[in-house]
Amino acid sequence: MALSGIRAISTRMTSPVVFDRSLVRRRLARALRAGYADFLLVRAVEDLMERLSTVSRPFPLILDVGTPTSAAADALRRLGTVTRVGPVAEPGAILGDEERLPFSGGRFDLAVSLLSLQSVNDLPGSLIQIRRALKPDGLFMGALLGGGTLTELRQAFTQAEAELEGGASPRVAPFADVKDLGGLLQRAGFALPVADSEVLRVRYGDPFALMRDLRLMGLTNALVHRRRTPLRRATLLRAAEIYGERFADPDGRLPATFEIIWLSGWTPHDSQQKPLRPGSATMRLADALGVPDDQDPAPPA
Amino acid sequence: MTEPTSHLEPVAATRIDPKLLEMLVCPLTKESLDYDAARQELISRGAKLAYPIRDGIPIMLPEEARPLTD
Repeated sequence: MALSGIRAISTRMTSPVVFDRSLVRRRLARALRAGYADFLLVRAVEDLMERLSTVSRPFPLILDVGTPTSAAADALRRLGTVTRVGPVAEPGAILGDEERLPFSGGRFDLAVSLLSLQSVNDLPGSLIQIRRALKPDGLFMGALLGGGTLTELRQAFTQAEAELEGGASPRVAPFADVKDLGGLLQRAGFALPVADSEVLRVRYGDPFALMRDLRLMGLTNALVHRRRTPLRRATLLRAAEIYGERFADPDGRLPATFEIIWLSGWTPHDSQQKPLRPGSATMRLADALGVPDDQDPAPPA
Repeated sequence: MTEPTSHLEPVAATRIDPKLLEMLVCPLTKESLDYDAARQELISRGAKLAYPIRDGIPIMLPEEARPLTD
């Protein structure tokens, strides 16, 4: 098992392999069969449509990349024809991987991706492929889970494992920070990049209800370096206890944090506003301001 | 004389949309694909892989594709 992990890393030099992508898809498939817990996705689809409503522009050809269900595609059909690359085989969609999109240059006016890009290994690579699938002046809008997500659960597990097993193993995936993602969009070649984040607090009766929801969102541990031995019952119970002790609201209910990071960017086009090249000014700043320039010596008194 | 339509419909329903076919490329090489209608496969010459189409759904995952032996 350790060996297969090493081989996976050595064949992909561009980025570290954090997520087992095939396992991510299997977890999602299982969640979809059991009845996907869609409260975050429903919220994200509403936000997406609201954000798009402020963009006065037609989107005849739309690409949906990796959204777990067809919820976004169904809503977007009001705006145009939707091509969907999904994580599982479903009628009318393509089964594909966000890290290796089966599209070539410049086909779509709009690309969206909801609650999927947090579990790719090569986010810059995925963003670049999304940009290439867009026409010039095309819009990408996506939402992924960010760094604040499941902070309570992460802390409870870390403390429980440290107490009972003398060390912690990775149980909650690393998530990207909003402050890194604007730059990432820019490096992926998007113009006018924007990243903003929204923190949602969901309350549960007990930590097991949260874990059930995570399973029904396909968000349980799919890390390559996850521990392969089953979670010890004592550790699980201690983590649940710590969760309650450290995080319970006064009424005893347990909050779980989900941070949704929204990304948007445009594929470059000449019509877009952009900074002027340095030295291209046709008027001196001092003249514009109506003040004397430092380089003009003051007339002798 | 003719086959009952219920036998024909699934075949028609699983036929891949030609517009979809035209936009798909190999996820590894980004080269265009050849459609093998008989085997229901999308062939990538560059990657030497045949991507299956199951029930009309293109499965564009290299790990699910059939390696081609020349």
